[in-house]
Amino acid sequence: MKKFKISILAVMAMTATFITGCSSDDDAPAPVNEEEVITTLTATLTPVGGGAAITLQSRDLDGDGPDAPVITVSGNLAASTTYNGAIVLLNETETPAENITLEVEEEDDEHQFFFTTTTSLNITTANLNLDGNGNPLGTTFDVTTGAASTGSYTITLRHEPTKPNTGLSDAGGETDISVTFPVTIQ
Amino acid sequence: MRTYLFMLLLCSSMVAQNETCNYALSGKIIDLHDNSVLPGATLIIAGLEKATTSDFDGKYTFSNLCEGTYTIQISHPNCEVKAYKVKVSGNLERNFKLEHHLEELNAITLSAEVFGNKTKTIFEQKITEKQLDRFSNSSLGDILNTMSGVSSLNTGNAVVKPIINGVHSSRIVVMNNGVRMEDQEWGAEHAPSIDVNTIGNITVIKGAGALKYSGDAVGGVIVTEASKIPVKDTIYGKTHVTAATNGRGGNITSTLTKSYKNGWYGSLQGSMKRFGDYESPDYILSNTGVFERSISARIGVNRFDYGVEAYYSFFKNEIGILRASHIGGASDQVRAINSGIPLIINDFTYEIDAPKQDVTHHLFKIRAFKNIKNLGKLTLQYDFQQNERLEFDIRRGDDANKASLDLALNSQTIRLDLDTNNTDLFNLKTGVMAQYQKNVADPSTGVRRLIPDYKRFNFGIYGVADFSITDNFLVEVGGRFDYFNIDAQKFYKSSFWEERNYDELFPEIVVDVFGNQILTNPKLNYSNVSATIGTRYTINDDYTLFANYSLASRAPNPSELFSEGLHHSASRIELGDLRFDSENAHKMSITLQKKGSTFGFSVNPYINFINDFMIIEPTEIRQTIRGNFQVWEYRQTNARLLGLDIDASLTFTKNLSFFHQFSLVKGYDRTLDLPLIDMPPVNTTNGLVYKNEELKNLRIELQSEYTFRQNEFPDNNFEAFIPETNTLELVDVSTPPDAYHLLHLHTNADFNIGKKTMLNVGVSISNLFDTNYRNYLNRLRYYADDLGRNISINLKISY
Repeated sequence: MKKFKISILAVMAMTATFITGCSSDDDAPAPVNEEEVITTLTATLTPVGGGAAITLQSRDLDGDGPDAPVITVSGNLAASTTYNGAIVLLNETETPAENITLEVEEEDDEHQFFFTTTTSLNITTANLNLDGNGNPLGTTFDVTTGAASTGSYTITLRHEPTKPNTGLSDAGGETDISVTFPVTIQ
Repeated sequence: MRTYLFMLLLCSSMVAQNETCNYALSGKIIDLHDNSVLPGATLIIAGLEKATTSDFDGKYTFSNLCEGTYTIQISHPNCEVKAYKVKVSGNLERNFKLEHHLEELNAITLSAEVFGNKTKTIFEQKITEKQLDRFSNSSLGDILNTMSGVSSLNTGNAVVKPIINGVHSSRIVVMNNGVRMEDQEWGAEHAPSIDVNTIGNITVIKGAGALKYSGDAVGGVIVTEASKIPVKDTIYGKTHVTAATNGRGGNITSTLTKSYKNGWYGSLQGSMKRFGDYESPDYILSNTGVFERSISARIGVNRFDYGVEAYYSFFKNEIGILRASHIGGASDQVRAINSGIPLIINDFTYEIDAPKQDVTHHLFKIRAFKNIKNLGKLTLQYDFQQNERLEFDIRRGDDANKASLDLALNSQTIRLDLDTNNTDLFNLKTGVMAQYQKNVADPSTGVRRLIPDYKRFNFGIYGVADFSITDNFLVEVGGRFDYFNIDAQKFYKSSFWEERNYDELFPEIVVDVFGNQILTNPKLNYSNVSATIGTRYTINDDYTLFANYSLASRAPNPSELFSEGLHHSASRIELGDLRFDSENAHKMSITLQKKGSTFGFSVNPYINFINDFMIIEPTEIRQTIRGNFQVWEYRQTNARLLGLDIDASLTFTKNLSFFHQFSLVKGYDRTLDLPLIDMPPVNTTNGLVYKNEELKNLRIELQSEYTFRQNEFPDNNFEAFIPETNTLELVDVSTPPDAYHLLHLHTNADFNIGKKTMLNVGVSISNLFDTNYRNYLNRLRYYADDLGRNISINLKISY
């Protein structure tokens, strides 16, 4: 019986702990800055023979929030012209914005950009830069335009694709970016 | 000992006085612990050579007694012998209480099982320790899945969440050894954090009637209890080793128990389970390994009218999630679904990489009870639980090995219960409880918190009474009140905050603004009333009818309130709603039970009307830089679930028997007049059992499991842009897989290998024909087939 009483006391002590546990400590939590989010893709196309560069940009500052990405194309491409393309990825939720391209280039064997078009659009994309194993990476590339036409130009970034591959259809991996730009060649 | 007692009894017995000798002494023999009756107890009146045994209902009668004082010695195979003095001066009714324990070593099961242990008017299903032995390397969900009306929501094969009568997650309460599990059960891919080897028996109550435990069990309550420990000087243990071909792993678990005649006891248990990649019939399911460890200890004293027990358990589980299920948006989902086989198949390995879950659960409780004369049994319990959940996704750069989700949930509960078990006619169970819970989400993950930091306080009070109107007719009435207060610190994206109009609805809860994130402090209160009313009518020795109505009231969980963002494991954006009220379920169920040695059955139809049912379903397609994602939003609607569960058994000969199970549930959204998503398809299990007690207790069971195709489902298909073809393609996330039929074979036998040592050997083959199938209730069904054939050997040594 004595042991029982002692136990009761122990439980009472627990209760006391429990009640003190309730006393609130109102420390406001710190916001989480999303480290991996890619908010902005900018592809800059610079004409080889000189002239104004054209930029294709997709910007989504709220990430997976309700606002849709804002897609801008700075102008029309000229017919029968070669452009040097370069992609910059940013995380603009952080200040200053973090350049994600560097991370992609660091893990170049685990990433690859793909460039696809609708058949109506006369564009070929070639000369993708290579990763350490000699497979395409595509943070820089060349775009050659043909005759005047319109259509869409899609840039896809896959994480952990099968390398080498013949294109998106057998690349596998996970889609990190998939952005479609309306493009006019005149 | 026994002789000594006898001597004592002889000395103290009185010589009968020769007056009127036509009095009768009658009553019942009752188990002190759970008030169940004890048949087969031997009663001897010392000095008179009069003896009798209690019948099936625990009743006994002595007739032709003279006036005087008698000493009655009562013995029962599983109890210590007890002696009582009784003064007879007329016809007398007197119940005796014995402290009864199942004999652990040889697992002799009690022949009379008393229903109405947890509730009295809802039919309950039980899984005994012996049945549990066959599942040493399974999860709790897998075990429950073998019962009618219970199915499971799976994420792969290691994350198995029970579904009772069509509902799951927060709608099911798991009482583990007297403690309500607080293990983030709200998530569809969060399995119960319990090692099945710590469980002595399981009771499933399909309804909210068990108000003692909670008022919000819209689906039901799962009660797991530790094995009873006998009050005698003994030491015993068991070791259980299992090895299985599928997953190329196994499980080892050991329990050692020491008890003393003075009531003190202690028990220690440990388990380890390790599996590599599981396999479907045609390929390896890459990254589906499991590594589970658990340890538990109990110490206590159990006396005739009081007792104290302290219990601690530690559970850690690392679970690999199928690599091919981690996808980056709708176009990937189309590829994964159309491929027919997982997009990533690697060589077999024991390594568990991302995506994976790593869950740790600590549970400590201390409990004391006292039987107070003329009042009943008073129990005081305190428990502390800590659940830490880490989830790892495929990440880039410096974050690659960092968890994407890191939640620590601490809960403390104190409860006081009174069970007045002193009369046969009226029995009252009542109690109060208070709980304090705190969730902390670690911000260092670099991913916005899926569940915010919050504190929750819960206070509950309940009372359940039952009245025996006649011997055959019992009525049960109960009520419960719960108060919840949630104080959260939630960051919203400002774009979402405004889109939802929260900026106009809740401007007062904004604490601070950080760039495009808003810190808010929602304080929410819920007052819930739940109730139950039911009857049990014993028609005759064979037939019993149970009828019950229960009202369950459930406050929204943190996921339903606060979700806001991309859920990687589901490849969808999930949105909760701050404006939700509690959901209320009205469930009516009837069970007709027939007991019998050759033919027995139970038929249980039910209907459950759930008002303000919180449901998550797709509402739109959201464009992100990663392509489009489906948005799933929680909303409240009125639902109706209608179902039928049947169990039956038929004994052909002494050795051969047949069993049958059937479960059907139909769920409708009454507001939209559409079927509810994720409703278990109709399924039936049938089996033949051969048992021969003379031949080493040989048992051979052939089991057939047939699952029909779910034909009633909402159409949530949507279109996704496919860059390789520049086309829009339909993403079929709705169509359920085909029906399937699986055969399983289980055999086991006992061998005595010493005076006190017994070896139980079992060989099981599940999915005997290596059938390819996909399960509608497996969230990874889009990406891979379910498990192929598995051969397992299991050895159990009791000593």
